[in-house]
Amino acid sequence: MAVLSPTQPTHRRGDPGQRPTRRVGFSQRLGRWDVKVSPYLYISPFFILFAITGLFPLGYTAFVSLHEWNLLGGQGDFVGLENYSAVLAQPVFWKSLVNTFSIFVFSSVPQVILAITIAALLDQNLRAATFWRMGVLIPYVVAPVAVSMIFGRLFADDYGLINELLGLVGVDPVGWHSERIPSHIAIATMVNFRWTGYNALIFLAAMQAVPRELYEAAVIDGAGRARQFFSITVPQIRATIIFVVITSTIGGLQIFDEVRMYDTYGLGGPDKDWMTTVVYLYDVAWGNQKNFGRASAVAWLLFLLIVVIGLINFLITQRIATSGPKSPKVRRRHTRALLAEARSAAAAGDTPHPQARAAAGPPPPPTFPPTTSTDHREDRR
Amino acid sequence: MSSVAVTAQTAGRGAARAAAKRRNRGSRATRSAQRRPGWLTYTLLGITLLISIFPLYFTLLLGSSDPTTIAQNAVPQWLPDASLFQQFAEVISSTRINFWKALTNSVIIAVVTSAAVVLFSTLAGYSFAKLRFRGRGPLLVFVIATMAVPTQLGVIPMYILMSDLDWIGKLQAVIVPGLVTAFGVFWMTQYLSEALPYELIEAARVDGASMIRTFWSVALPAARPAAAMLGLFTFVQQWTNFFWPSIVLNSENPTLPLVVRSLQANFFTDYSLVMGGIFLVTLPLLVIFAFVGKQLVAGIMAGAVKG
Repeated sequence: MAVLSPTQPTHRRGDPGQRPTRRVGFSQRLGRWDVKVSPYLYISPFFILFAITGLFPLGYTAFVSLHEWNLLGGQGDFVGLENYSAVLAQPVFWKSLVNTFSIFVFSSVPQVILAITIAALLDQNLRAATFWRMGVLIPYVVAPVAVSMIFGRLFADDYGLINELLGLVGVDPVGWHSERIPSHIAIATMVNFRWTGYNALIFLAAMQAVPRELYEAAVIDGAGRARQFFSITVPQIRATIIFVVITSTIGGLQIFDEVRMYDTYGLGGPDKDWMTTVVYLYDVAWGNQKNFGRASAVAWLLFLLIVVIGLINFLITQRIATSGPKSPKVRRRHTRALLAEARSAAAAGDTPHPQARAAAGPPPPPTFPPTTSTDHREDRR
Repeated sequence: MSSVAVTAQTAGRGAARAAAKRRNRGSRATRSAQRRPGWLTYTLLGITLLISIFPLYFTLLLGSSDPTTIAQNAVPQWLPDASLFQQFAEVISSTRINFWKALTNSVIIAVVTSAAVVLFSTLAGYSFAKLRFRGRGPLLVFVIATMAVPTQLGVIPMYILMSDLDWIGKLQAVIVPGLVTAFGVFWMTQYLSEALPYELIEAARVDGASMIRTFWSVALPAARPAAAMLGLFTFVQQWTNFFWPSIVLNSENPTLPLVVRSLQANFFTDYSLVMGGIFLVTLPLLVIFAFVGKQLVAGIMAGAVKG
């Protein structure tokens, strides 16, 4: 029995009276050691590898950024914040930041709107539902570099398909590779192409978790389809919308592949009109300058920026979550009822342990899509 | 989904299948009560599908054409033809492209990293979800917090590390940093805490199984559905990865995305060749998608996160 201790409720573990024997043989000691050490052993590969390949490099970037450091020469003198002031004094750095934000805005806003629309289309009683769902996911398996090459041709300044189509409706050819804003739109389109269908499926999952009673009630109250969509669907999937916006922010601020392949040089055009910050980082480190110190400063600045934006996102999320209408409460109660139902159905009688539910540790971040409610809604059907 | 998994553990796979079938029948019954959507829905979805497919079809069209025609026509022709295969042959045989090497490398990297991510994430996820140990809570919070950290920004020390190890240009430079992901651990923790009942673990322990034996014979089989999805996502992510491989690998030892760059650098005047090559580069993953697309859809809908 002693070997059972890790999976026993805590009150029983501490009670020596429950132990059948006090005789400690070798195998038993080995067993107890097994129980104590195994959990740490199982998580250690992750923590060790992640520390080496994830955390250490990120921290060491700060160290490098405080030194003169070159690709060929290696570590040089300690220079304090000189690299930072040098980077901040570069107009190209600021230009790349503005480009990054501009591309991000052009990609995130239309992407979320389109993805919700597609999800609403998919969230119906479709014939061959799996076929349509797979269809919108096809772009996801095309590598961003390939997408960039293909769209680079579609958005060609001369004889590009997009310009030809615009010509049909009487619009003059746009300089997708020569003007600043059009180039941002073209690059954002590549990002949208790859991710819209993916996000649509995330929204679809959220939509399917919306309790159908709400729609039935709305129909009785005489709400039309559009009214149902804006008054029930959108508020109900709010958490998922925020989640998608946050993940696309983290990704959107690190755009690289699309820009690298958009023209032959891959450094954002002759005037750096579509150079993003990560491409700038690459150029400083491995381009002409080969200056690791400055590139690290760029990386660290971008990292801080992402953290700040993440925090802002988080605060906004909190406000929306607390000031929202009553609907989340409804969902939570609904989920809880379903959880209880599923649990009793699965365990067929005795509920396992009170900790069983809490075993997931702290609740997932508020931004995570309500997966549990999805699952249990499926259960109920 | 999770309760079906529990049924599979407690009452056997046959019972689980029956339960799933019952559930589906129920859902179909309630669904058919709903009205079918009209032609407008299908038209809009059809347009979406066309937009999803057209860029790939477009590579076939350009690949069937020749540079002069391409330079003067937005769409050189509307149907691909046999000259496409000349481009394929040329890409494959070109000494400047190393196509076969790139394909092998991509397969090795994607398979090894997916297997490692699945194994390490399941181990850690099992430990977090089902075992008691000191520091569990804080460590799990740490894992969740690191999911939002853009580790991509640590490229410079990573590069320094790789050149100190003399790994520049070698596959392990791409494989080792891809062996674990915080998301994978979080994903498996979430899944196992719901899908694996404590009774099963206890039963195995009472039967005298060691901790690792319990993991291997109880936790791992229970984790299979989530593990398959995690593996697929890691595979796609590594297969399409460009940023880091483009820094540490070179055209002598490339992956498929790096082939795209070589195509552009070597043949940028010959658009039909470049596009034929791009289709070839995309083809393997498309074929895989035809088989596992359904699981990918299910994985995203179960709450997968952008990699």
